[in-house]
Amino acid sequence: MTSLVELEVGKKALIKKLRGGHILKRQLESLNIRVGKKVKKISSAPFHGPVVVDVEGCKIAIGRGMAANVLVEVIDENSPYG
Amino acid sequence: MKILLMGNPNVGKSVVFSRLTGVHVMAANYPGTTVDYTKGSLFVDDKKAEMIDVPGTYSLIPSCKAEEVASNMFFDEKPDLVINVLDSTNLERNLYLTMQMLEHAIPTIVVLNMWDAAKRKGVHIDLEKLRKALGTVVIPTVAVSGVGIKKLASEIGKASKRRENYISKIKKMSDKEKWTFIGKILSDIQKIEHRHPSILEKLEDASVNPIFGTLIALIIIYLTLKVVIGLAEFLIGNLLDPIFYNYYGPFITQAVESFFPQGFIHDILIGSTYNYMESFGLLTTGVYVVFAAVLPYLFSFYLVLGFLEDFGYLPRLAVLIDSIMHKLGLHGSAIISTVLGFGCNVPAILSTRILEGKRERIIVSALVSISIPCMAQTAIIVGLLGPYGVIYIAMVYGTLFTIYIALGYLLNKMLKGESPELFLEIPPYRIPHIPTLLKKTWIRIRGFLIEAVPFVFLGILFINLLQILGILRVLTEVLAPVISGLWGLPKEAVSAIIVGFLRKDIATAMLAPLHLAPNQLVVASTVLAVSFPCIAMFVVLTKELGIKDMLKIVFLMITLALLVGTSLNLILGVFL
Repeated sequence: MTSLVELEVGKKALIKKLRGGHILKRQLESLNIRVGKKVKKISSAPFHGPVVVDVEGCKIAIGRGMAANVLVEVIDENSPYG
Repeated sequence: MKILLMGNPNVGKSVVFSRLTGVHVMAANYPGTTVDYTKGSLFVDDKKAEMIDVPGTYSLIPSCKAEEVASNMFFDEKPDLVINVLDSTNLERNLYLTMQMLEHAIPTIVVLNMWDAAKRKGVHIDLEKLRKALGTVVIPTVAVSGVGIKKLASEIGKASKRRENYISKIKKMSDKEKWTFIGKILSDIQKIEHRHPSILEKLEDASVNPIFGTLIALIIIYLTLKVVIGLAEFLIGNLLDPIFYNYYGPFITQAVESFFPQGFIHDILIGSTYNYMESFGLLTTGVYVVFAAVLPYLFSFYLVLGFLEDFGYLPRLAVLIDSIMHKLGLHGSAIISTVLGFGCNVPAILSTRILEGKRERIIVSALVSISIPCMAQTAIIVGLLGPYGVIYIAMVYGTLFTIYIALGYLLNKMLKGESPELFLEIPPYRIPHIPTLLKKTWIRIRGFLIEAVPFVFLGILFINLLQILGILRVLTEVLAPVISGLWGLPKEAVSAIIVGFLRKDIATAMLAPLHLAPNQLVVASTVLAVSFPCIAMFVVLTKELGIKDMLKIVFLMITLALLVGTSLNLILGVFL
């Protein structure tokens, strides 16, 4: 597992775990960043800026500290989920 | 009957609201445009019903001030009907709030807005099945062009009769159960065809890419400046100046003089000189400043700002600039408030309600009110300094930019607490709907005409009275050490400083008759921008932050005005 911060730009991944307090979790979940969701990393802003991910066609910018708490597993490009 | 209009941010609630009530509220393509509720009314079966446009929220458990307004409205206002507006292209996330609301058993109409966008994206939704699953009326709409609004209005009428004995089909569930339930519904009712990304979608991703995004941002900023200044100068040079100098000016001068050949009323109405920027008569300089100097700039700025807002660009700027803003104790969203501030500082301060904490709201409010001159003031600064060269205008804005960065950096160090992280939904790019864009520009200009114009005239009247009563002479002598000693300005500049309390545009215009050297104009314009809030800002800062924090900001302003004015005077004195 890696976090959204380390995930390569352009790669798709499955959310495996949300770390952190329940307020943070609730905030992430209300924008559909939940365990089991597929995300695609769109970009990573320079100088420790936020990462942008695509969840179900919706783009969300997440600050790096927050994104580090979203643990994902890269989806193999050749698998049926890719 | 009380109807709440609720839903996620940026789904088009305000557009639906305007369509139903005829009350025009500001709408744009980014989350958090509406930060406070707006009330309107419509007729349901010949009876007046109250409708409230509620700020968008992702959940009934709030995470910022604007969301708090939404959840308080839902729980405390005891609505008879909730109109839940959803973004059809993003049902899954939107339905989470729907589920939260439905379990409270308030009659609800579900509106699937942006139905056209969903079709374009290849999203197919089975409305009948969705209606059965939720147990509510479901209406597809395209609020911007009005599709489905009639149907919605008639369903509101029907719902008003069914109010008694309403039982919600949705039982209380845990969060996990809610998401599972939503997942199940969607797998049954929604089919998404795969489509290749359009050019707009490719541009969306490029705009947040570190390299292309920065390039795009620079191009947009350059074009914005070019278009705003170019269009405004074109309007002034080819339309407004000719009207004023050839028709209005001579006409009003003659008209007033035929009634009041000279004396007090003559001077107040048309002043004592014939130059419209310098006479300071209500009907000459007053009208000229408002309609010929400021209005063209406001028009072109709000046209371009409205375009960028509706296109969906601003949140992307927030992403790109986020890491810099963190150095100032803020996150990227603060740039949206800053950009709004260039139009008028008041809506900029209100927009800080989407920021999470009080600390950030104070920092943004201080930065905007101190270092961002509003478009009305900018218009006059450009008008006064433009003839001497762009370099002088750049000096004013360069100084203000330096203050923005330095002050933010200092406040971040001084105020306890951490800056929270950016967490922002980025809307898709949308081609702006031109009639809506023009209407929005008009609403903003009307706001300026209604709220600002009286103060421009009041300012002129006030300064004329101070002069006649001899108070101005006393103040001039008392403040001379600061104004002449520290800032190197003629002591008569005191009237501009005083009127700065009311309006910054007319205050800056008061520098015109003093015939200052360009470097003095730079000092005076900067001092006017930095020192004191105008009266509207004074009110809004007090309301939003409380009297204590407002006073702290005013203290900062005065200190900085003294400091920056003096240093600019010294530096420019050495180099020029």
